[in-house]
Amino acid sequence: MTPARRSGPAVIIWVIAALALALLVLPLLGILLSAPWPHLPALLVAPETLQALGLSLLTGVISTFCCLVLGIPLAVVLARSVGWAVVPRRLLRAAVTVPLVLPPVVGGLALLLLLGRNGILGKYLAQLGITLPFTTGAVVIAQTFVAMPFLVFAVEGALRGADRRVELAAASLGATPFQVFRTITVPLVAPGIAAGAVLCFARALGEFGATITFAGSYPGVTRTLPIASYLASQTDLNQSIALALVLLVVSVAVLLGLRDRWLPGVRG
Amino acid sequence: MNPRPALVAAATATVAALVLVGCSASGAGSTGTPTATPDSLKGTVTVLAAASLTEVYRDLATQFEKLHPNVTITQSFGGSSALSTQIIQGAPADLLATANEATMKTVIDAGLTDETPILYASNVLTLIVPPTNPAHVATIADIADPAVKVALCDKTVPCGSAALTLLAVEKLKVTPVTLETDVKAVVTKVELDEVDAGLVYVTDAQTAGSRVTQIPVPDAANVVNRYPIAVLKGSTNKAAATAFEQFIFSTTGLAVLKKAGFGTP
Amino acid sequence: MRIERADFPTSVTLDVRAGQPLALVGPNGAGKTTVLHAIAGHLPIMIGSIQLGDRELVELAPEARRIGVVFQDFLLFPHLTVADNVAYGLRMCGSGRKPARAATLPWLERFDLSDLAGRYPHELSGGQAQRVALARALAAEPEALLLDEPMAALDVEIRDEVRAQLADHLRDFAGPTVIVTHSAADVAALAADVVVLERGAVTQRGTWESLRAAPATPYVARLVERREE
Repeated sequence: MTPARRSGPAVIIWVIAALALALLVLPLLGILLSAPWPHLPALLVAPETLQALGLSLLTGVISTFCCLVLGIPLAVVLARSVGWAVVPRRLLRAAVTVPLVLPPVVGGLALLLLLGRNGILGKYLAQLGITLPFTTGAVVIAQTFVAMPFLVFAVEGALRGADRRVELAAASLGATPFQVFRTITVPLVAPGIAAGAVLCFARALGEFGATITFAGSYPGVTRTLPIASYLASQTDLNQSIALALVLLVVSVAVLLGLRDRWLPGVRG
Repeated sequence: MNPRPALVAAATATVAALVLVGCSASGAGSTGTPTATPDSLKGTVTVLAAASLTEVYRDLATQFEKLHPNVTITQSFGGSSALSTQIIQGAPADLLATANEATMKTVIDAGLTDETPILYASNVLTLIVPPTNPAHVATIADIADPAVKVALCDKTVPCGSAALTLLAVEKLKVTPVTLETDVKAVVTKVELDEVDAGLVYVTDAQTAGSRVTQIPVPDAANVVNRYPIAVLKGSTNKAAATAFEQFIFSTTGLAVLKKAGFGTP
Repeated sequence: MRIERADFPTSVTLDVRAGQPLALVGPNGAGKTTVLHAIAGHLPIMIGSIQLGDRELVELAPEARRIGVVFQDFLLFPHLTVADNVAYGLRMCGSGRKPARAATLPWLERFDLSDLAGRYPHELSGGQAQRVALARALAAEPEALLLDEPMAALDVEIRDEVRAQLADHLRDFAGPTVIVTHSAADVAALAADVVVLERGAVTQRGTWESLRAAPATPYVARLVERREE
């Protein structure tokens, strides 16, 4: 194979890839270029900014934790579902995919109808004195709802790629199914879990639609960075851009930082 | 009350003109006549309008399109401030209709209006509660009770600044559970019975019909939002845009607005 | 150990005595590995029984059977060191980290793995990996041992040497042992008794010598001739 023959299709692919990258990166560059740099320090330490940032980080971390606890077992079930009948298998996959394709506002509305104080489950919770909407807990639920598929699909992909027969080896050494899950399955797909958790956190940080619908918007309680940024855009674009910048920096830092640090050079 | 700088002079002038239109409409019963002949108008008119105008502008557009079959009105509704921001950021549109003068002023200041905006309608706030009235709200004073869950618009949107003004007039200190991005979101939260009360425009309460219950607020009449509309500099179809603008404050248009609960400015 | 498996596709009865390793041989697709997985508990047995001493194993979950398995490609845990691989069985039975480590040391020494204790599986040669797999299985103190094609994953040049070592280790193991293989060399070096499985059915059983003397099928005839290869 000569280099000349290879470069034909490669050039097209490079050009398209460059276009795709430009589409992804240039809007962010727009934020950087139009950022009110001289005012930025003042805007960034403004109480509203710090409050929204703190709330976003707190809820993002809790949501990611919820996604891990709930999502890893779901990923295991999903990976095993290849042996099921077609209908339940596809239904399960569709159910996991729904939050990805549903407009987040609709997701938020659905959460209200389920968990609102008159919701299907919410009215029983209300009798117990628990009302979720307009609480920080509601923010976590909304974020968990929209971010869960990212974790489940990342872990499921890793499970499918992993050699599951080592689980048999573990069982033959006396490990119970839960011990196998904890000591073999989870470490085996650790890279997938790490990647999923990072995506999950980034998605939770950026969550807007489901949060504002289900949790509302109140400073310090439910007004996360994206909501604060949107509200600021109505009156003070500089403030909005400053908030967007904070969101961008945190997301990019998380995506860059966690990725390579995870594995101690232990790929099988 | 909010100070209304710069726009005041122009607004007063148009109010005078509007009062005239209003009087002649009620007095002589003349019909609104479009200024251009129907056949000369064609194309698309893009209207960005405040969320509180959603239903009434749909009505107005339908009626206008009957008069001018070659014109299509495309409308986008949202929080007034968001719409103004979109215009300032270069969104292509022919007409902008906001829910108060302050937001329109940001567009005037940016030099993006083609003319002095016309004030053609007004709106006042009202208190709405779910039909079951779970918190037994009887007067606006009741919403100051911390146990009552209240939804307001955020202060960055017109219905929010109006709500703050009204609460100041009432000398009430209210801690809402949520500050929504537009008035329709407040109505939704009340409709779904997720909050006990909300302050919205009387027109939105009217649109929601029996899905919410209105509690009269006597002082609300003193806190008035005026609705300006303006043809934009970037308009590519000024003839049709102007015609639609004039249709809105024709007798027919004003009747539609009145039926929807809007007042005169 | 006595195994009876009567369900489709394999019907087989094996009688394995402690100290007399049994080779289960047969062409590809004969069902050898299926039988092995059934004994280990990875596949259900519909009809039949597995008796180990006076215990009936058919109803038991794999982890409760106390049967050690050395898999064809060893299936070492990629995220654990050699020491932790070998200690795994003890850890799962409730030993703390330190006691398990201590109990593992003699096994590492016996299998010449002490210098490799801190390595990860991907850093091992095939022969080393096989020793880890065997040490891991035996350290869990199983009552029976199964080996699935133990030489198949190794380079041809080292097989004779590794096979000789394996034979030594198997002699030290007190419980019943089953070796699945299609290699005449494995049978001759590792097993006392042979059961030939063809298309899910036993076609001949006996010692290697008796098979050589009177092969019952063309497959057995070819197998015994390949002895010298």
